Amino acid sequence: MRWPPAPWGRKGRVLPILVLAACSGPQSMLDPAGGQAARIGVMGWILLAGCAFVYAVVLLWLLWALARRHRWVEPGGVLPPQAGVERRLTNGLVAWVVGTVLILFAFVAASYAVDKSLTHLANREEVVVEVEGKQWWWTVRYPDDDPSRSITTANEIHLPVGVPVRVKLKAADVIHSLWIPNLHGKMDLIPGRDNELFLTADREGIFRGQCAEFCGLQHAHMALDVIVHSRAAFDAWKEAQLAPAPAPADEALARGQALFLTSACTMCHGIRGTPASASVAPDLTHLASRRSIAAGALPYNRGNLAGWIADPQRIKPGNHMPLVGVPPSDLQALVAYLDSLK
Amino acid sequence: MSSLSRNAVSLALLGVLLLAACEREERSYRGEPVGEVKPGAIVQGTLYAGAPSPPPPQRREYEGNAYHVSEGKRLFEWFNCSGCHAHGGGDIGPPLMDEVWIYGGELENIAATIVEGRPNGMPSFRNKIPDQQLWQIAAYVRSMQREVRKDVAPGRDDHMAVTPGEQNQPVTPPKPGGVASPSSEGRGP
Ligand code: HEC
Ligand code: HEC
Ligand SMILES: [Cu+2]
Repeated sequence: MRWPPAPWGRKGRVLPILVLAACSGPQSMLDPAGGQAARIGVMGWILLAGCAFVYAVVLLWLLWALARRHRWVEPGGVLPPQAGVERRLTNGLVAWVVGTVLILFAFVAASYAVDKSLTHLANREEVVVEVEGKQWWWTVRYPDDDPSRSITTANEIHLPVGVPVRVKLKAADVIHSLWIPNLHGKMDLIPGRDNELFLTADREGIFRGQCAEFCGLQHAHMALDVIVHSRAAFDAWKEAQLAPAPAPADEALARGQALFLTSACTMCHGIRGTPASASVAPDLTHLASRRSIAAGALPYNRGNLAGWIADPQRIKPGNHMPLVGVPPSDLQALVAYLDSLK
Repeated sequence: MSSLSRNAVSLALLGVLLLAACEREERSYRGEPVGEVKPGAIVQGTLYAGAPSPPPPQRREYEGNAYHVSEGKRLFEWFNCSGCHAHGGGDIGPPLMDEVWIYGGELENIAATIVEGRPNGMPSFRNKIPDQQLWQIAAYVRSMQREVRKDVAPGRDDHMAVTPGEQNQPVTPPKPGGVASPSSEGRGP
């Protein structure tokens, strides 16, 4: 037998392989990088297998109904009662209902077991991270008993590998939801209520989290990077973040800093080590060490940074950073200064 | 026409009607290009010679638009106006939700107050607030005493509300009052 030509042609045969390739990656629950995600992944496979089985049975039944020999009844005629068929149908239906209930109970048991194993992983912590969802970005804090050693950054969570972490979740305006599929399931961030999530990443890597609860215009552009390093690299990152912003190294950078401090930017953004101390927008103290701009909307580089400041409303329409209208002659100096905030 | 197709037509019409309700107002996220919008002529008070002139287009755009007014409400907190004016009830700064205006209660007056500052302790926000945001805040300040349409005034608070939302405030027509400070002298109507 010959297969009909595929509409997508020969190359299309690679398609199924591509689909499989999508299973691993920085934002995939099928590629767990932590105990919690692994357990939730098992539950996912159990549900998938159960549903696939039911689906197959229903389809087979339908096929059988289509293929079997049909008896023909004259128009207006009556089908003579057939005790045998009636009985078989009744038995089949009862078996179907019993089977459905059994499968549902099996799902409940599996889900209970997975939940229980997740609670065993909870309430262990060596590192505490506080994530606050805002329209449409994330504040990330590492609180410390000594306030001068707590860190505030944005749109980026750094974690040491193999260390249990407590993530405290808050929301400033509306309900958001944090979903880092490689590490854990979703958890809502609710204004006025503190939720939490326990994570242990068991391999190094860069993963992507995403807001998973519709929260307004730019919900789709509300992502964050999760960077899992070795303990030593994590501690080094923390030390670097604790330092105030580097002072401008030359004339040009000093001009950029002055532009920042005398314009609208300081109404919203803070840069530690300068008089800018507002906190309603992302902290820019170590902006240039981050991987992305505006909650994953753009990868971080100088060109994108200039594009963002020149017109944030083109990149993320409706977001809460207004078009400030920096004259082109000042833009480069401003961008050079921000790009020096490593 | 069969009843089926008649039903279909009425359904389609209904759908169109529903769609018409989708666009209540235009949201403009970007404001005018830099430098084209500035607080208009500064007027102290509401006394004019002759018939009152119609409100300038600027005003209608911002005061008739619920999006702009609610953005103004957010910025009023973000820029810490609340730190001195409480949520409009007044503290170090005078109350903004009553009908008395020292420096005039028109949109242009309020914008001018924010940009220039006022001598008895109101800081100047010149170059610190982009134009569109300036008008949004000014429109919100006017909504505090319900000088904007009811369906435009904000109806909810992000914080614990002590007073009913702006939407449910009684309308209080503005009147000039208070003690105008020296900066306003010689600038009367
Ligand atoms: C009204 C408040 C406001 C003003 C004024 C403002 N910003 Fe922002 N800015 C924001 C907000 C809110 C965000 C986050 C936007 C988002 O991701 O949705 C942001 C994001 C940014 C980012 C990206 C930060 C990151 O980590 O992703 C940079 C860089 C930035 N602003 C620079 C500036 C500069 C430079 C100015 C002055 C010309 C300025 N901002 C003025 C509110 C403001
Ligand atoms: C440091 C405290 C302070 C801050 C911050 C502040 N104000 Fe004021 N404001 C005052 C004081 C004090 C006055 C009275 C000034 C006078 O009588 O000369 C005033 C006056 C005003 C008036 C004029 C009231 C009238 O009756 O004419 C308006 C409008 C106003 N402020 C709006 C704002 C807005 C909007 C903001 C935020 C962008 C703001 N203020 C921030 C202290 C402050
Ligand atoms: Cu969201």
